[in-house]
Amino acid sequence: MKHWTVLAAAGLLAAAVSLPANAADISGAGASFPYPIYTKWADAYKKATGVGLNYQSIGSGGGIKQIKAKTVTFGASDAPLTGKDLDESGLVQFPMVMGGIVPVINVDGVKPGEVVLDGATLARIFMGDIKKWNDPAIAKLNAQVKLPDQAIAVVHRSDGSGTTFNFAYYLGETSAEWKSKVGVNTALQWPVGIGAKGNEGVANNVANTKGAIGYVEYAYALQNNLTHTNMINKAGKNVGPTAEAFQAAAANADWNSQPGYGVILANQPGDSSWPMTAATWILMYKKPADATAAAEALKFFDWSYKNGGKMADELHYVGMPDKVVKDIEAYWAKEVTDASGKPVYAVTN
Amino acid sequence: MESRGRQPVADVALQGGNIAVAEVADRGKVLQKLRMTDIGFRWLTRGAAIAVLLILGGIIVSLVWGSLEAIGKFGFGFLVTESWNPVTEQFGALSPIYGTIVTSIIAMVIAVPIGLFIALFLTELCPMFLRRPIGIAIELLAGIPSIIYGIWGLFVFAPFLQQHVQPFLINTLGNVPGIGGLFAGPPYGIGVLTAGLILAIMVLPFITSISRDVFSAVPPVLKEAAYGLGCTTWEVSRYVVLPFTRVGVIGGVMLGLGRALGETMAVTFVIGNAHRISASIMAPGTTISATIANEFTEAVEPIYTSSLILLGLILFAITFIVLACARLLLMRLNARVGA
Repeated sequence: MKHWTVLAAAGLLAAAVSLPANAADISGAGASFPYPIYTKWADAYKKATGVGLNYQSIGSGGGIKQIKAKTVTFGASDAPLTGKDLDESGLVQFPMVMGGIVPVINVDGVKPGEVVLDGATLARIFMGDIKKWNDPAIAKLNAQVKLPDQAIAVVHRSDGSGTTFNFAYYLGETSAEWKSKVGVNTALQWPVGIGAKGNEGVANNVANTKGAIGYVEYAYALQNNLTHTNMINKAGKNVGPTAEAFQAAAANADWNSQPGYGVILANQPGDSSWPMTAATWILMYKKPADATAAAEALKFFDWSYKNGGKMADELHYVGMPDKVVKDIEAYWAKEVTDASGKPVYAVTN
Repeated sequence: MESRGRQPVADVALQGGNIAVAEVADRGKVLQKLRMTDIGFRWLTRGAAIAVLLILGGIIVSLVWGSLEAIGKFGFGFLVTESWNPVTEQFGALSPIYGTIVTSIIAMVIAVPIGLFIALFLTELCPMFLRRPIGIAIELLAGIPSIIYGIWGLFVFAPFLQQHVQPFLINTLGNVPGIGGLFAGPPYGIGVLTAGLILAIMVLPFITSISRDVFSAVPPVLKEAAYGLGCTTWEVSRYVVLPFTRVGVIGGVMLGLGRALGETMAVTFVIGNAHRISASIMAPGTTISATIANEFTEAVEPIYTSSLILLGLILFAITFIVLACARLLLMRLNARVGA
């Protein structure tokens, strides 16, 4: 009996303590790609300000649906919305953080970065056109590496994902055949290969299958000790996946060319740009129904832009370039306003 | 006490006290109270039963409502088209339907005989001291969440199949004329066969524990009579136990089949998730529930979502047809025995 009283009292106390905190939490939903870094930032932000983040990593499609249904303060998506879609639904969009996608392979005796591929060859592999590792098209790019007479086993994502979207976008940019036959979306009709669930599923299948090739976010390639390939970028240079190469792609992109900074970072110009760099976006209402909540969310994003770079590095993400951040914050002041037309959040530098 | 003689029990209970005047009124009150409890109980149970019908009806209505757009666009062609292309928004359900049925068939072909053998062993042959441990082990299999089967399947079972079982199957059965095509292709480890094997492990406990329960309900006198006539254990099992319990056994098999058709998580991990129909069961495929689980979160376009909901409706219909067939089968069996 006594135990029950104590437990009940503890429960009530916990509820009383946690309820007010929850009430002020920022609510968001969407892409799973940036989920680790958003939670890491949110943890640090909560320690600094006492305001928490409730982020549901339900996928980009879910995030877009949730923000359109107005159940969350912000939505998050790996694929940018078009200017038309943004205008119709009264949303603003801005990129929050970036990452890199890398091809990973499992070929005996090949070390990370030893094999180099270009977009057209990668597209032909993923279309089932190139079936063996010693195919002349691969051999031509890799004169110094001896590749075996082994079948290539293609591994792709089975779940709809922003990673697939960015990967397919790059292949579409570099191969007209890919664009017309397969196309670009978060889920595709794959001509060959096996589908694995999530980055971890692809990483595991590549690790287990001799002769396999797949694509994962860079962090997963590192964590699972997978062999990544280098890429020939748009400038024709051989680059490896590094934070600097991802940043170079972001720095060389023309961010204002698309409404809502909806620039896809695949195949950007520049000698050191990694061709499969990907950004992830935040979606919010131009005239949010709850201006206070929107202000809290923008405050968190502002804080993350300014203080989150080191944390992003630790998780192998890349922060946005300062120039782009300044631009985005000016865009907030102009676009995200309350009923009277005043900006909901004033950025202080 | 004796003066009361032989009276109904209820009256004895009511007359238990010495208060003679209040007796009649009290009796009416007690009976009234009993009647009210009974009416309340009846409505409570009736309400629960009606709630099931309402929920089922609600699910059907919302599935049909959600899939109207896809039905309108693709019509009957949805059932017979293999292409599933989110880019051009051309959707067809043939490969998920095929995968769902083939994985379930593989699972049942393996799990039904093994399940029945285990149940017969436990009830007819097993030494007493082993019955409980084996029985509990089987029931524990049923308690493992499907995600655990999925992860175990992906990290342990699939690599094992890929290195040891599939090369053997490809080199032996793969060359047999006729069925060779079923076992052709590279050993990926994951694929339709792996999904079927995992499903077999998952449905085994359902078939085993239900069969065991019905087998142990066979009156001992029947079995003893058969043994007395000189029947072997096999003959007793085949001609006494199984015919006596076939309704229960088929019920258990159907329960297992229902689970195999709808299982999502474990299958998603090991089937390979490719929207293709291959002759080989080593090749990757997909099932209805795996497709929905994989793609629903990222399906933005209305027609995409609608097609996924239509897949759900088709799974619902398949399950219904399977259950209806089981009923028919039972009715025909019973009619034959009766005649």
